[in-house]
Amino acid sequence: MDLITPEFGLVFWTLITFLVLLFILRKFAWKPILGAVSDREEGIKNALASAENARKEMENLQADNERILQEARAEREAMLKDAREIREQTIAKAETEAQEKASKIIEKAQAAIESEKKAAMAELKSHVAGLSIDIAEKVVRGELSNKDKQLKLVEDMLGETKLN
Amino acid sequence: MKLLLVNSFNVRTFAANLKEGILKPQRMTLSTLKHTVFTVLFLSVFSFGFAKDAKEGGEDEKFDPKEMILHHVKDAYGMHIATLNQGEENEAHITIPLPVIVYTDKGLTTFSSSAFHHDYHGHEIVERNGQRFVNVHEKVYILDEGASEVAYDAEGHPTNAHRPKFDLSITRNVFMMWVSIAVLFLIFLTAARRYKRSDDNVPSGIASFVEPLIVFVRDEIARPMIGEHKYKRYMPYLLTIFFFIWINNIFGLIPILNGANLSGNIAFTFTLATITFIITTFSGNKNYWKHIFWMPGVPVPMKIFLMPIEIIGMFVKPISLMIRLFANITAGHVIILALMSLIFVFKTVAIAPVSVAFSLFITVIEVIVTAIQAYIFTILSALYFGMATEEEHH
Repeated sequence: MDLITPEFGLVFWTLITFLVLLFILRKFAWKPILGAVSDREEGIKNALASAENARKEMENLQADNERILQEARAEREAMLKDAREIREQTIAKAETEAQEKASKIIEKAQAAIESEKKAAMAELKSHVAGLSIDIAEKVVRGELSNKDKQLKLVEDMLGETKLN
Repeated sequence: MKLLLVNSFNVRTFAANLKEGILKPQRMTLSTLKHTVFTVLFLSVFSFGFAKDAKEGGEDEKFDPKEMILHHVKDAYGMHIATLNQGEENEAHITIPLPVIVYTDKGLTTFSSSAFHHDYHGHEIVERNGQRFVNVHEKVYILDEGASEVAYDAEGHPTNAHRPKFDLSITRNVFMMWVSIAVLFLIFLTAARRYKRSDDNVPSGIASFVEPLIVFVRDEIARPMIGEHKYKRYMPYLLTIFFFIWINNIFGLIPILNGANLSGNIAFTFTLATITFIITTFSGNKNYWKHIFWMPGVPVPMKIFLMPIEIIGMFVKPISLMIRLFANITAGHVIILALMSLIFVFKTVAIAPVSVAFSLFITVIEVIVTAIQAYIFTILSALYFGMATEEEHH
């Protein structure tokens, strides 16, 4: 019966000792230890999360890089194409301009030749007309004196005159 | 109606039992094993003992295993380590004397336990403060006026002496309890300092040893039993009882400490169970009290029927805690001591190998039991807190 009867003295000391133990351990052991453990767990969780974020960011960055590269490539293509076009255009333009200019020059030359020709023709006509008149005058005058003479005159006149 | 009764029973009490039931098989097998070994041994010890007595009774001081075991299991005033040259002229005891503190009608009286000179049969009379104290089976009695020696009744209780009003002696259990808390302080304050010193909260040294245990109590006991939101409040208590019980269970197994059977003492388990009961009662929410006094979800007659059962259950829970720890630890001590007694009962060294082998086996089991019992006490306390703080769910 003794064995299963709680002794007051031991109950008293157990209570006091336990409360002291609880108080001191709570303040100086459990709080810092549990705090440290949960801090560390939190830290690990955060580290994992930030690593995941970093990985995602990396992926984004790589995707961005890829995109930028793609864009740059496309831009280069476009620029090259533009340049080629411009060159072709320039060449074509120059060609047409040259053509135009040439044809204009030719036209001008033709016009000048034409006008020269006309002027020459006109001069020739007037010259021929003058000569004809002179000849006619001299023929008329020689015929008037002697038939042979008149003929000789005409022949002489014709021999003098050169068609230029 | 019968089905209904079973169903309504299931609601809470049985749910709790079910949770406990998970732990029970292990405990049952252990205690059954203990019980069997205990019974067989004691039967053999006693029958042989009596046979011997009949043959050579009165030859020399007979060995009484029951008295020896009970003296080892119970509390004592001094911390007796060993006796040298027993029964000879130069008999000597190695003892740590501890203070006897008693409060009587004449006030507080204090003297060293060595004043009894290792006597616990009431022979040595210590006169202090005008009172005469005797030690009867490790309990201090005050001799009545005029009595010169202790007289006993048929059951061995003193008839002419009485207990003091309060006996606050630093007994060997109190002493060992203080040693145990000193060890706990040493372990855990050192561990806590380790964390403070490290910048990144990485455990090192003793901290890396205790951290898994602390995390175990948190993740395997507090969190599942109490719940994620409320477990933090109870962590200091759960950790403290877990390690307090465990270390005292372990101390009880160290032979040289000579049966510092603190956790196998009903006063110790009574105190801890009472604290668990008080915490449970004070943290009980509306839902908890409703389940006790007016069980929801059952017809009114059932509510009335369940109320006394639940009220009894409130007290049975801590009482079961108290008895479980006390009985398990005491039983372990009794078995080991009984096995050792075999040598002295048979009065032959030939039996020693058997005794040693068996008690080694039981000691190894007890090493496991120390942890299991600490775990069970803690997890059941946590379970009760969890039940007290459980929110109503539909």
